[in-house]
Amino acid sequence: MANIKLQGLRHSYADNPKNDEDWALKKIDLEWEDGGAYALLGPSGCGKTTLLNIISGLLQPSHGSVKFDDSEVNQISTDKRDIAQIFQFPVVYDTMSVYDNLAFPLRNLELAETEVHDRVTEIAQLVELTSMLTSRASGLTAGDKQKISLGRGLVRTKVNAILFDEPLTVIDPHLKWQLRSKLKKLHQLLNRTMIYVTHDQVEALTFADKVVVMNFGEVLQIGTPVELFEKPKNTFVGHFIGSPGMNILPCSLDSSNVKLGKYTIETANQVSQNHKGKNLEIGVRPEFIQFSDDGLPVSIVKVCNVGHTQIVETSFEGHKIKLIIDEDIVLPSNNVHLSFNKNKTYLYANSWLV
Amino acid sequence: MNKTTNQKAWIFLAPVLILVAFNAFIPLITVINYSVQETFGNNEFFWEGLTWFENILHSERFHNSLIRQLTFTFTILLIEIPLGVAIALAMPTKKGIWLSICLVTMSLPLLIPWNVVGSMWNIFSLPEIGLLGKLLNSLGFDYNYTRQTGDAWFTLILMDVWHWTSLVVLLSYAGLIAIPDAYYQAAKIDGASAWSVFRYIQLPKMKRVLTIAILLRFMDSFNIYTEPFVLTGGGPGNSTTLLSIDLVKLALGQFDLGPAAAMSLIYFLIILLTCWIFYTLMMRNEED
Amino acid sequence: MKNTKWLLPTIYILFLLLPIYWLVSMSFKSTNEILGSFTLWPQNFTLENYITIFTDSTWYMGYFNSLSYVCINTILSVAVALPAAYAFSRFNFMGDKHLFFWLLTNRMAPAAVFALPFFQLYSSIGFFDTYIAVALAHTLFNIPLSVWILEGFMSGVPKQLDETAYIDGYSFWRFFIKIFIPTILAGIGVALFFAFMFSWVELLLAKTLTAVHAKPIAALMTKTASSSGYELGLLAAAGSLTIIPGAVVVYFVRNYIAKGFALGRV
Repeated sequence: MANIKLQGLRHSYADNPKNDEDWALKKIDLEWEDGGAYALLGPSGCGKTTLLNIISGLLQPSHGSVKFDDSEVNQISTDKRDIAQIFQFPVVYDTMSVYDNLAFPLRNLELAETEVHDRVTEIAQLVELTSMLTSRASGLTAGDKQKISLGRGLVRTKVNAILFDEPLTVIDPHLKWQLRSKLKKLHQLLNRTMIYVTHDQVEALTFADKVVVMNFGEVLQIGTPVELFEKPKNTFVGHFIGSPGMNILPCSLDSSNVKLGKYTIETANQVSQNHKGKNLEIGVRPEFIQFSDDGLPVSIVKVCNVGHTQIVETSFEGHKIKLIIDEDIVLPSNNVHLSFNKNKTYLYANSWLV
Repeated sequence: MNKTTNQKAWIFLAPVLILVAFNAFIPLITVINYSVQETFGNNEFFWEGLTWFENILHSERFHNSLIRQLTFTFTILLIEIPLGVAIALAMPTKKGIWLSICLVTMSLPLLIPWNVVGSMWNIFSLPEIGLLGKLLNSLGFDYNYTRQTGDAWFTLILMDVWHWTSLVVLLSYAGLIAIPDAYYQAAKIDGASAWSVFRYIQLPKMKRVLTIAILLRFMDSFNIYTEPFVLTGGGPGNSTTLLSIDLVKLALGQFDLGPAAAMSLIYFLIILLTCWIFYTLMMRNEED
Repeated sequence: MKNTKWLLPTIYILFLLLPIYWLVSMSFKSTNEILGSFTLWPQNFTLENYITIFTDSTWYMGYFNSLSYVCINTILSVAVALPAAYAFSRFNFMGDKHLFFWLLTNRMAPAAVFALPFFQLYSSIGFFDTYIAVALAHTLFNIPLSVWILEGFMSGVPKQLDETAYIDGYSFWRFFIKIFIPTILAGIGVALFFAFMFSWVELLLAKTLTAVHAKPIAALMTKTASSSGYELGLLAAAGSLTIIPGAVVVYFVRNYIAKGFALGRV
């Protein structure tokens, strides 16, 4: 168990990186606390897998250092870092039985067979593989194979962190649900650092205590799911999280107010003249918009009924604004206006919260 | 894949069937015909039944050829398969100039007409004027493959290794690069040794290509004719007369059509049976 | 430990190149030099062997003959194998597995078994000593191989492609030619490569079925070796030239060799 620090991490896959696009990781400074349940969330290609592979040692970073409990591990090989990593598609040793698969890491450490036996039965029980221990690993379903991968990751007693790289991608939906809750329980039981990489916000938000949102090789925000939802520090975070995501609207600044077209919008954060000249945007979640008698005039484009609520898509001067309202609210037919909850409306300059 | 049941498939197969049947059935019937009859020329045939088959199966000449052939085939399998796999494991994995050089040079021996292979080694191994011959003799070995049986066998096997190991290398290599990175990464995480990686990941995943390699090498070496014929002519004496060479001598040399035909059928049957048994064994394992 | 990995392939490649070097160097020596003394490289470099080959029609026609029947055979084998492979890949039909196995058994057959029967068969239909005879004879071995390779590649193409095309209104042949074949071009390339390879290198049947008009270079060489007392220089030159077509083909497919040897089945 260890505290993991990433300092000044930069990585490029190219031999001679020239411009920004060549860097898979632009600058990462992160600390993963011992025993935490983290999700690393971001769209495909944002650098999540690269980051994971640097932590486990499968990849050497171009710059920067990786520290476990404050000592640098860059030069230490993967198997000595005591990291478990579970990959996107199940990796099992086909010629071995399930038992031997789970025992494999322990046997490589040359532990006594009695110890191996104890540990394997314990872990098999944890991941619900006890009934299959003697079966050959090759003939099993994808879900069972991932359980074997998971078991192999947990079987070593000294594990600094367990890294998951989108492990439920190939699993059937109903099994996904089961495994997801199992992983959460496992974390509570084992109290080890777990870093769960995904591009699915639902997985991230249900599994993790803290979520790290990444895009384009940078960390945009770290926070609890609530923090990310309520106060996204970056327009990408706002838009990526939530279903539908935050409305992002281009706006402008006059002497003291934020203006959307010619309408003044009140925001939760302070506005100052320093922000003039930057790319300005307003962010507000659909949950915090309501119909009102006056305010921003819009026209209704379409309505989706989703159970308890309705998602209404409206249009203002060519921009889409979505809002979520209760199912029994009747939509106004003409003279439609919207008002934003000013405590939940934020100004962003160059995509960042001011 | 879900295949549809469609008897019209036979139309798709018609061209293939016509060509192959023409080339296979008619000769086959001819051979069967000869194998059960005797002829003294003048298109006169006399029924002999299974006489030729009995003759061949009891003939010492056939036994000797068969033993030589089996020795040859198993020796080269024992050398070429492990050697080919070892080379494949040592080849560069990244695309680049080195890999291209490797692949191109290794493919060359496979594309040289078989008689040129034989001639090449014939000249190369001549005791006085060939590079190999001269080298071995100057190192103190008394080497002459045209006169000494041991040397003839040595040269024959060396030639075959030179000629065909690349096939095993290329097949094994193809199998190796198909293994996804994730397996190697997981092995690193699990702390596996290089030997474990070979035994539990690489070898199992290469099973398919290795089966193909072993089958092809078995078949082709069992059928080999041209290279040894050009190299040694079957000699010295008949010490390197392998099955095909013996058969051609019998059929086109002595025109003993009956015995030759019977031998042909027995020959074919041996290969068929061995391939079928081996193939079934290997594939059965995979169904598990 | 990892740093010496390159040693094995390097030694192997040197081993492969050595006899080839010897053959080529011998082709630039006169027969006198070869038989007279042992020299590691040509002391009296001469082109006389090559000149003989390029000016004597018996010799250069040999190459032309070989290339002719090889090309005919390659194209014929693959063209005929395409629909057959498609059938094996997409359809279930009575006797399909047995038929497939039977096809493969032809590849297993010793050429020696067919030498005499082919001689009689092709003579009887008047095809003896023609390109078409050798081309047809080689199809016995090349068609099964081509079908096997193509079926492997075709099975990698999902059936949904066919079904979508039919829904979009394509007739079978239009679908096959415009849509299906482009997706398996790699497979066709591999099949062509192997068919070319096998037909180019095979000697026994090529020699048995030809006499003068269609005599391949391979047979010409064996004739020279046994009769006319060992014109080694000439032989070496002839042999060296036969390496060229193979080298050219390999150079063109060098980027696909590794994938190609997987034969679509890995």
